[in-house]
Amino acid sequence: MKARFSLLLGAVSAALVAFALTSPHVVAADKADPVADAKAFQNFFFQKFPNVKHEDFVNGPYSMNDDMKRQWQEKEEFPPYEFALDAGKEMFATPFKNGKTYADCFPNGGIGIRQNYPYFDEKEGKVVTLELALNRCREANGEAPYSYVKDEMASLTAYMAFTSRGKPMDIKIPDDPRALAAFENGKRYFYTRRGQMNFSCAGCHVQSPGERIRAETLAPALGILNAMPIYRSEWSGMGTTSRRFVTCNSQTRAVPLEPQADEYRDVEYFLSYVANGLPISGPGARP
Amino acid sequence: MKRTLPLAMLLALGLAPTARAANEADYKAAYAAAEAAAKEAASLRHQWTTTVSTLATAKKAADGGDFDRATAAAKEAEALAKASIFQATSEKEAWKAMEIR
Repeated sequence: MKARFSLLLGAVSAALVAFALTSPHVVAADKADPVADAKAFQNFFFQKFPNVKHEDFVNGPYSMNDDMKRQWQEKEEFPPYEFALDAGKEMFATPFKNGKTYADCFPNGGIGIRQNYPYFDEKEGKVVTLELALNRCREANGEAPYSYVKDEMASLTAYMAFTSRGKPMDIKIPDDPRALAAFENGKRYFYTRRGQMNFSCAGCHVQSPGERIRAETLAPALGILNAMPIYRSEWSGMGTTSRRFVTCNSQTRAVPLEPQADEYRDVEYFLSYVANGLPISGPGARP
Repeated sequence: MKRTLPLAMLLALGLAPTARAANEADYKAAYAAAEAAAKEAASLRHQWTTTVSTLATAKKAADGGDFDRATAAAKEAEALAKASIFQATSEKEAWKAMEIR
């Protein structure tokens, strides 16, 4: 009887010790930790593709396929985004009706700053993307905003990305619970399945980078926004980050959100933050 | 033989209501149910493009007086909307299984 009681007591004690040891880990796993998330995210890709140089992930499908990479390198001699780059440079330098320019709206005159976007605006309590900041600049100077999915916006962001090429992505999450919530919301959006095809962003760009989906080779999620905006041969034109999100949603048969919806701003924040340290490569060119 | 005839008639009568053509009232009821489900899916920001296009197909068929087709399309749209609501609800937690940790 005494032995059975001791055995029972021992088992209960062991269970309590096990619970005490495991419960902090459960709490830690659910607590938002962007630094740990970014590290895990990058390690996942570095381990999945040990032969890909870390800075090469920003080149999307070309980092996954040598034949495609060689074709792209040849194409880069006369890049298809060049016309957009020229247009963007001219637009950027052309004064608004009030005499001011885009340079007046951005730090360092807007040159070499792409790596800092999107950022969390503590005043507004929301994520501000480069596309949004450009339109706010236009509106503040009495100009009509551009469409987020058309050529003018793509040209402007192409020029700003080009002046930042090679600079490591440097997204900050300020000590503000709203910023952390935006990061978490972006993460949730990225992993959530949607549309009749029941796909999430991660379904293609985490689970299957390098694999083909019909005729296309899927890009890895790591560094996917570093190359934005992109010229897509499929579109026969340039595409902004907004256009990319909208198109991805449509392809899964989900009704896209309005460009620059909070969810899109947050997912851009998440994806850019986890790519911190990888170089800006935009504007890019994709099949 | 005497017993078979009434049985066959009974069977025919029993099947008759399901075989009858849909009318405008059927369509309106089916469309209202589909529209309500689609509205809920949209409020969850999980609307499917196929729900929207199938609702449009239903309306077009009804405008052309084809209530059989319109009712069938409305019912299909409702099923699609309900599936998207289920997706939105289940993904509230299920997305975590995909997360890189």
